[in-house]
Amino acid sequence: MTIPTSSVEQVIPGQGAMAQPEPAKPGRARRKRFRFVANGKALTGLIVLGLYLLFAIIGPWVAPYDPDARGPALTAPPSADHWFGTTHLGQDILSQVLVGTRGVMLVGLAAGALATILSVLIGVTAGYLGGGWDDSLSALSNVFLVIPALPLIIIVTAAAPGGGDTLVALIIGFTSWAWGARVLRAQTLSLRRREYVEAARANGESTWRIIIFEILPNLTAIIASGFVGTVIFAVTSEITLAFIGIGSVSSWNWGTILFWAQSQQALAQGAWWWFVPAGLAIAFLGTALSLINFGIDEFVSPRLRSAGKTKIKTASGRTVRMRVGFTPVLSNSSAPHTHARPIPVNTAAATPVNRSKEATQ
Amino acid sequence: MRYLLQRILFYVFTAWAAITINFFIPRMIPGDPVKSLLARFQGQMSTDAIDSLYVLFGLDKDASIWSQYLDYWKQLFHGDLGLSFTAFPASVSQVISDALPWTVALVGITTIISFLLGTGLGVLAGWRRGSWIDGLLPTTTFLSSVPYFWLGLLAIYLLAGPDSFFPSSGGYEPGLVPAWDQYFIPSAIQHSLLPALTILISSVSGWILSMRNMMVTVAAEDYITVAHAKGLSERRVALGYAARNALLPNVSGFALSLGFIVGGTLLVEIVFSYPGLGFLLFRAVGAKDYPLMQGIFLVITISVLVANLIADIAYLMLDPRTRKEG
Repeated sequence: MTIPTSSVEQVIPGQGAMAQPEPAKPGRARRKRFRFVANGKALTGLIVLGLYLLFAIIGPWVAPYDPDARGPALTAPPSADHWFGTTHLGQDILSQVLVGTRGVMLVGLAAGALATILSVLIGVTAGYLGGGWDDSLSALSNVFLVIPALPLIIIVTAAAPGGGDTLVALIIGFTSWAWGARVLRAQTLSLRRREYVEAARANGESTWRIIIFEILPNLTAIIASGFVGTVIFAVTSEITLAFIGIGSVSSWNWGTILFWAQSQQALAQGAWWWFVPAGLAIAFLGTALSLINFGIDEFVSPRLRSAGKTKIKTASGRTVRMRVGFTPVLSNSSAPHTHARPIPVNTAAATPVNRSKEATQ
Repeated sequence: MRYLLQRILFYVFTAWAAITINFFIPRMIPGDPVKSLLARFQGQMSTDAIDSLYVLFGLDKDASIWSQYLDYWKQLFHGDLGLSFTAFPASVSQVISDALPWTVALVGITTIISFLLGTGLGVLAGWRRGSWIDGLLPTTTFLSSVPYFWLGLLAIYLLAGPDSFFPSSGGYEPGLVPAWDQYFIPSAIQHSLLPALTILISSVSGWILSMRNMMVTVAAEDYITVAHAKGLSERRVALGYAARNALLPNVSGFALSLGFIVGGTLLVEIVFSYPGLGFLLFRAVGAKDYPLMQGIFLVITISVLVANLIADIAYLMLDPRTRKEG
């Protein structure tokens, strides 16, 4: 888990107490958005995420077989007919992965959206209203933060009858909002004392108007990064639930594939094709989402960007590491650190400087 | 001291909340999934045991919810978590106390190693930004996105086998009796190597990342520049000035993310059939053994709370500002 170190200050520098505090001018916003996409990490993440969304939509149509249909080839390794091999019943694993994408993405995005809405409601309210609201709401989010989420999700889902994707999404959403709420509260606390918010308050704007039009736009980056983080968590939790056999066992998702692989002793049979594709699918989705999050973090706080090449070879063959705010010092050298040579002083031709003459000119 | 008292109060409150959630969950189940199971064992159960289950699951609809709640607490204070359906004559507390040491040893030790290792690498990565360690970041991102259990599956497939040094399942050699002797301990260590490695690989990257980011932030502070200007050695500035300050948020992060980590590690136990709480929970879920599930949830939650408290005390020792008030 990354501890968010970002601050909103860098996004909107010096929005003073103007009469009409606008979050950002449209032109500037467009340029910023473009800069976000120009970030290599974010772009890679977005492209991969786009591919997943595409397969979530078209997956069931492009799947070569019915994921439940049994075939003659039992536990067969990958071949031209079955690109990812088959299960113990001769089901096509590629089709299962493709059909499963939709369930995974739906639950992940729905749970992420629900948790984000909750975290915004709770975090911003606690941060802005302060006082008793803050105390009780922060206590609530801290409680949810400290209670181990996965065991809680497991026992609630196991107790609930039927299962189904909607229920799983609801349970994950309701249990995973706390981290976002905590971060948002901290940021709101620092925003509410800004001059433009004070100005809006002095103008007599209602509390909700201030929150929605003055505070929320400045929290966009944090909300987005919270959403992406929750989606990662939701996807992993959902797959975990399916893997241990609770939740949606009837519908296909990657966890279901792993569940069958584990229960049918795929490992002992050496059937690597059974569990590798689903796991890689999860890993690449998670990596894509993390990359988007790094992109957001670095966009907000440029210091976090991994610096390019910082080692430089000097003409004399020494390596120097450049760092922000430092003048490189060449260690282990007796020679002076500059290329300047002592200026030869010609005593014979020395001319005294006449300061008074200089001053009069 | 005031800080510590506040924290303790908070954990007591959280424990109360978790226990209350645990009280209400079985009461929200429509129908009585427990009743059928109760009927199955009716002949073999003592009346005391049946009473205790009635209290735990709220099957006595005559009593008000409030008196049920009081009874529930009374029972918890006696350490009575009901009977396990799967391990029938054994009580839940017995079953859990058999499994708990395994989890505490495996998860506790690997989490601490992972934290120390990750923080150390994070210090390096943050201080030497742009060196080869930055190239490590995408790899760690990928590894932290892989679910713990899948990495476990892969580890079993690649490293364990009939002829391999690493056993693929269990906590010790089947023929051995758990005891502190020269046969059992090496076997237990050998069996825990692969699960521990799995947990280490997937959890270490989170610490590297958060520590790196903190280091990068701290490295731009004025006091670091001053320390350099004083002519202190690079090493001293990195460890004594930057890392010390960057560590603080990471320690509080450690406390907060413990819940996530414990959740993930339970799954590693499932994959390796390691005789800890995770595997027990897995079996309980499979057999719909509700008393056992609830007991495990309570024990895990309380353990995480205790670990959090310890992390808070560590924070107290690291950060003088929290001590000043009291």
